[in-house]
Amino acid sequence: MNRPAKKRPELVCPAGTPAALRTAVEAGADAVYCGFQNATNARNFPGLNFTPDEMAGAIAHAHAAGTRVLLAVNTFPPAGKFGLWQEAVDLGAELGVDAFILADIGVADYAARVHPGIRRHLSVQAAASSPEAIRYFVEEFGIRRVVLPRILTVGEIRALADEIPCEIETFIFGNHGLMIEGRCSLTNYVTGLSTNMDGVCSPAAEVRYDTGVDGCVSTRLGPHIIDRFAPGEQAGYPTICKGRYFAPARGEAYYAFEEPVSLNLAPLLPELIAAGVDAFKIEGRQRSRAYVRAVVAAFRKAIDATLAGGRPELAELVALTEGQRQTEGAARTKRWR
Amino acid sequence: MPVRSPAARVGAVPGFVRLIPLPLFLLQPLLDRVVRRLAADLPEVFDRLGRHRTSRFVIDAREMPFVLVLRPDPDRPLFAACPRHREPEHEARVEGRFLDLLGLVDGDRDGDALFFSRDLQITGDTEAVVCLRNALDDVDGSIAERVAAMLGPPGRLALSVLRRAGTGPR
Repeated sequence: MNRPAKKRPELVCPAGTPAALRTAVEAGADAVYCGFQNATNARNFPGLNFTPDEMAGAIAHAHAAGTRVLLAVNTFPPAGKFGLWQEAVDLGAELGVDAFILADIGVADYAARVHPGIRRHLSVQAAASSPEAIRYFVEEFGIRRVVLPRILTVGEIRALADEIPCEIETFIFGNHGLMIEGRCSLTNYVTGLSTNMDGVCSPAAEVRYDTGVDGCVSTRLGPHIIDRFAPGEQAGYPTICKGRYFAPARGEAYYAFEEPVSLNLAPLLPELIAAGVDAFKIEGRQRSRAYVRAVVAAFRKAIDATLAGGRPELAELVALTEGQRQTEGAARTKRWR
Repeated sequence: MPVRSPAARVGAVPGFVRLIPLPLFLLQPLLDRVVRRLAADLPEVFDRLGRHRTSRFVIDAREMPFVLVLRPDPDRPLFAACPRHREPEHEARVEGRFLDLLGLVDGDRDGDALFFSRDLQITGDTEAVVCLRNALDDVDGSIAERVAAMLGPPGRLALSVLRRAGTGPR
């Protein structure tokens, strides 16, 4: 795919509430992604997301400022419940969203057939990372943009860009929980609830924090303790993949899968833009307006500075990161741990 | 590169906050007024709380001589100050420094970041706390400012002093 050099990439920002959406718009988002208050999107947190009325108001606000609204309908419908996903797509179309973010091929097919005039983006949840897989989605469902899994190096992204007939969106900041994007079942195994549809990786109703007399805090998910933080030690999200576990071959508890750390690819913005990335996504629909304001504004400046020839670092955002640590993850090397 | 956490930016709590051990019965009418006014002005907050509208939250600002108890039920709102030794039964408890908690209701601090840095402690029903956080965060502007406005010029002055102590001039 021939790409013009140094085009201005889109900054795609999270909004878990109408107030967060307005904050993102004000802070310089080119596009905002959000979802309805149900299992059709992968951030189904209690108290989060949009009612239909709120979505209508949010779209009007965003469009008035020239900001696009991308509707996340990016979970996988269980058998017999497809109607909820159809309703979300139909409602999004009626309200005037600019694109659907989709993962399931049934939902993608429905959106393509019933609402062909609305852009379709392939969610990271679909975990499409090869040219063959992405081309299949483009040819079958008219996908216009793929959100790439966070397992690719910049070199691999560059190679992909030359081989696929659609735009590329990559995560630039936020949660760094890779596993098999969209297909992780660790939470289902421990709690019986869906990782994707019942409140991300840790349904809040299943999470408990217990402080011991020694000041250590134990994090429990369902019946299992998944981490224990000493007084003053930085904490992470209560997810199984970021927990510490004992194993016979280890002398002490260790991070078996991932560590509590957030992605920050600000230092690689020049390389990613040169590789052909069309849009940069900030993770964090579950985060506050304060997070949205700080991160969106910082990346707005960083992208503009990069296009002007600069090389931003954005180290100050580490205060907002999980475990107060950040990583360039697989973008720099597959051996990020 | 060493980076200061949000907590590290927090200054000292102004003296008048520590002087609040005025008799709680004098404070209570003020708290009643605040919660009833917020319930009337911000009905959408209560929608986001769902079933946790009837949950009881203890809010513990460590520097204060008492804890606050909140039941965000629009029909029977409760916002009360209780002596520490008589903390009532509750579903969830949120503990942190006064200025951090103010930053949260001011829309100026990120709850997850405060949790990561261990400046915010949560016990009890985590879902209730997540709901409350999300509901409060969907209020445009600042709840602290709304409360200060209810109290007139003294309230605005107090908030201004607190903000300067917490994060510097806005």
